[in-house]
Amino acid sequence: MRKQYSPFTYITFFFLINTILCSLTPIILHAELISGYEFISEQAKEIQNDDFQNPGFSVIENGLDIYNEVGENEVQCSNCHGLNGNKFIPKSIAQFPKFHEILDKPVTLRDQIQYCWVERLENFPLLYDDIQLLALETMIRNKAFGEKVNVDINEKMKPYYEAGKAFYFTRFGQMDMNCSQCHDIYTGQMLRGQKLSQGHTNGFPLFRLESQKMVNLPQRLRECFRSLRAETFEQNSDEFRNLEIYLNARGNGLKIETPAVRY
Amino acid sequence: MFVRINILVVHSLIVLFCFYSNNISASPEIKYIVEGDNIFNPLGGLEGDPRNGRELVRNKNKGNCLSCHHLPIPEDDFHGTIGPSLIAVSQRLTESQIRLRVTDMKQVNPNSIMPGFFRGPEKMNRISSIYENTTILSAQDIEDIVSYLITLKTIQTKTF
Ligand code: HEC
Ligand code: HEC
Ligand code: HEC
Repeated sequence: MRKQYSPFTYITFFFLINTILCSLTPIILHAELISGYEFISEQAKEIQNDDFQNPGFSVIENGLDIYNEVGENEVQCSNCHGLNGNKFIPKSIAQFPKFHEILDKPVTLRDQIQYCWVERLENFPLLYDDIQLLALETMIRNKAFGEKVNVDINEKMKPYYEAGKAFYFTRFGQMDMNCSQCHDIYTGQMLRGQKLSQGHTNGFPLFRLESQKMVNLPQRLRECFRSLRAETFEQNSDEFRNLEIYLNARGNGLKIETPAVRY
Repeated sequence: MFVRINILVVHSLIVLFCFYSNNISASPEIKYIVEGDNIFNPLGGLEGDPRNGRELVRNKNKGNCLSCHHLPIPEDDFHGTIGPSLIAVSQRLTESQIRLRVTDMKQVNPNSIMPGFFRGPEKMNRISSIYENTTILSAQDIEDIVSYLITLKTIQTKTF
């Protein structure tokens, strides 16, 4: 005769399996990182890959011009970072946002450029929306083209990363949605004519075909907030900085594509 | 995945519990009664206009249902795939079930990505000042859309 198990055995077994599967979830969820590049049309890919068609490259040229201008104190970026920025270390650029010891807080690449602009060239601070800052960021991020995103989220960075992560899962606006719903749960699905990507940041600053404009990450995020009918945050707010830490770290391992082309 | 399924199960249980306690929801001005997964009475006793409903589901500033759902509207090129197709939705759902889903999907599935089109604005986080104290759709809009969706009985294109 077959051995009889009590219903409790089955229930216990069910919960045991469930627990194991639940603990595997993070691995399953983040198994595969896919760049936004894989979600755009062949035509858009061609534009991104062609240095002459990709409008991002003229922005890089502008960036180099600004990089070579002298500051209020007659100092130039190139005095410390080399001709055309050839002393920048790609691996180091790929680590932004990172912890800045003097400021004692995390800085994005924009924050760092702003810091050198003001402290080392003694220039008047740039607005975070300024196209000069955008051009410098594009030019410097491009130095790390092909390098893998590698944000350190340990020790001092940890609380900021955690805050950014919580933000990512917070619902916003009249549309009452969070980032994860579109960029984790429904990745690959169509939102009208747009295929939802994983929402990575490895292409920023990037050229948007929709608005025919080069944008940095906070500018893109502000668009998202508008479409969620939510009150947005300032470009250099702690909220967006923390979110940038989370988003970049979430894409750790993806290759930097700046300047990318997207919708 | 599995955590989500678990959360879904727990939420479904909570939702079921709520259903049987027949809660009354209040949205600006107009109150409605949820019974099970239904709202039996038209919001504000209003009568819907299916022709306008068909326009509202396309309109990007109104229902914009097409951004997530397939609908029998061939003149629009792009239909979303986030939600299930609504092409013959009234084969599987009754009018009163559709009414609750269009009014406030989160009362059926708290984790839903579908916006609560007539959900109380006090339940939203950081709503833009332009839209403060408003719902995405009006009660009349909801009734128009419901009256359109109940005409979708077959997989054939519906024109008016
Ligand atoms: C007087 C020297 C000096 C000048 C001039 C200078 N920087 Fe810097 N820069 C530094 C130092 C030192 C650091 C290391 C971090 C810090 O102390 O802020 C740095 C870091 C950076 C980094 C981050 C590099 C990395 O790998 O972490 C960037 C980007 C940068 N600077 C951009 C600029 C730009 C753009 C200009 C011109 C507007 C500029 N810097 C001018 C000294 C300088
Ligand atoms: C309603 C769905 C939706 C929500 C919610 C949403 N996004 Fe997006 N997001 C999109 C769409 C559509 C695009 C453009 C296509 C694509 O790349 O997915 C996009 C693009 C992006 C991109 C650019 C990706 C790339 O490769 O260039 C980033 C980054 C991003 N979103 C971040 C966010 C963040 C952060 C949030 C939360 C504040 C958020 N999104 C919320 C729909 C959404
Ligand atoms: C952001 C995406 C999104 C938008 C916009 C949206 N829905 Fe949905 N809808 C969904 C999803 C996803 C479901 C599946 C149930 C769930 O996950 O909550 C759903 C389910 C439904 C259902 C139930 C279908 C069934 O078979 O059970 C109806 C009816 C419905 N939606 C109608 C609408 C109408 C009408 C509109 C426009 C006023 C609309 N939806 C807008 C995402 C959306």
